[in-house]
Amino acid sequence: MNNSHLRDLYQQMIMDHNKKPRNFRNMVDASHLAHGNNPLCGDALIVYLKLNDDVIEDVSFQGSGCAISVASASLMTEALKGKTLAKAGDIYDEVHRQMTGKGTDQHLSLGKLKVLGGVKGFPARVKCATLSWHTVHAAIDSECDVSVTTE
Amino acid sequence: MNSLDVLAIRKDFPILNQQVNGIQLAYLDNAASSQKSVQVIDAITEYYRRDNANVHRGVHQLSQRSTDAYEASREKVRNFINAKFDKEIIFVRGATEAINLVAHSFVKPQLNPSDEILISHMEHHANIVPWQMICEQTGAQLKVIPMTLQGELDLSNLDDLLNNKTKFLSICHVSNALGTVNPIKNIITKAHAKNISVLIDGAQAVPHMTVNVQDLNCDFYVFSGHKMFAPTGIGALYGKQSLLEDMAPWQGGGDMILSVSFECTEYNEIPYKFEAGTPNISGSIGLGAAIDYINKVGIYRLSKHEQNLLVSATAKLQAIEGIKIIGEAKEKVGVLSFTLKGVHSHDIGTILDQHGIAIRTGHHCAQPVMKFFGISDAARASFAFYNTMDEVDALIQAIKKVRELFA
Ligand SMILES: Cc1ncc(COP(=O)(O)O)c(C=O)c1O
Repeated sequence: MNNSHLRDLYQQMIMDHNKKPRNFRNMVDASHLAHGNNPLCGDALIVYLKLNDDVIEDVSFQGSGCAISVASASLMTEALKGKTLAKAGDIYDEVHRQMTGKGTDQHLSLGKLKVLGGVKGFPARVKCATLSWHTVHAAIDSECDVSVTTE
Repeated sequence: MNSLDVLAIRKDFPILNQQVNGIQLAYLDNAASSQKSVQVIDAITEYYRRDNANVHRGVHQLSQRSTDAYEASREKVRNFINAKFDKEIIFVRGATEAINLVAHSFVKPQLNPSDEILISHMEHHANIVPWQMICEQTGAQLKVIPMTLQGELDLSNLDDLLNNKTKFLSICHVSNALGTVNPIKNIITKAHAKNISVLIDGAQAVPHMTVNVQDLNCDFYVFSGHKMFAPTGIGALYGKQSLLEDMAPWQGGGDMILSVSFECTEYNEIPYKFEAGTPNISGSIGLGAAIDYINKVGIYRLSKHEQNLLVSATAKLQAIEGIKIIGEAKEKVGVLSFTLKGVHSHDIGTILDQHGIAIRTGHHCAQPVMKFFGISDAARASFAFYNTMDEVDALIQAIKKVRELFA
């Protein structure tokens, strides 16, 4: 059995954020929102954003999915709150690189988000981890509610 | 009757003998697609090494051999489901294509805006979407036979659901998500009493039980080869001769015509009318070989072994705290869908894969079933005759590990 491999994926941080997702709430005064779906998995979440000029003043999510998608969304909300859109874009790019095993940018420290790199050994699960990130991207890029899927 | 020699059978399926993630593979995703015996693999290889040519087109030796092999497979399929005539067997890509063919060539031309098509709540998307498409095109309505919490069809209102607006009934013999074996003979009789034609989606039935289309008296019966130990890309549509003869062709091209001019084309007779273009010859040969294999093992012995696996796996799984089994019909094939409290099926699937165990996760192309049970997804272990009790135990042990990890 490949327990160490599994432990890379299901690290304590992931399990904790799955059990107690942060910023897991509706946002009535959101300025942007988007729906993210993985139809094949049944993962479905909504990401809410409140932008103040180019600063993410608040970000939250709701929905259901596997441990990886829920933990990734939870970690994402923590990481993006208070960031400028430019910084958020950099984080997004770096997280994506790490999840797909495409190397890292030495100048950007991801902190906690590093745990998401565990999915790179599980190609079928990358889409779970990226769902919330694609969704927040879509929310930022669009004035109205949009739907995205990573399948 | 002596029981199945599973270890001998496993030697015929080379793919089973491998390690996944460092552990002996336990392939428990047979309802999605089944594995192929060396006999099937060799039949296809031999065909390409020795006989390959187009069918029905050449006067030369190889074309004749190909044609003979292709038609011999049709005869095997006829025999396998006990159809009356070889020409009632049409080779298609699979169950999906067969359902679409019947929807477009048989049902759609008869549909008026107030008509109804009846399906059931436990259908695979392949037996929902084609009907929705022709309903959309004609203004007809799609009606649904409900189901019970056990995962059986609720037939209490069947007499109302089969009414004078109903033009067609299409239901599964066996549910892919629940394993339920439906009382289709009864339902077919009731539909026929009201002059309603019936298609049976047998994709999950043919690998596990004897099917006799004349006894069932269904009008159409469809299945896919890849779920019954044959290759992908081949399947069969059975239709009663009189119905097939009255139906317009679905696709146009070579093989399906008798003569073509720019003014007028005369269609070929059945089954060729529905087999436009060069067919999947090697696939049909593989399907024939798979039928030979099933017959050699014996469908009775095979299903008995699978039932033993199902009963044991169900009891052991149920004993695990947090497990809910989805689909508890009295009559089931070896399909075991379940949820584990607090754990998404994808996480179960990934962890089981690390233990060498292949199961299906997600919605199983049956989202209405998932919705009915108030879930978005489930894990599903599905057995074939080459599975063993040791594999059942490996499954149970691995699920216990999942619980520990998520505790
Ligand atoms: C009950 C049922 N019907 C139809 C299908 C579709 O079969 P195919 O994808 O081979 O056309 C499946 C496959 O999962 C099935 O289980």
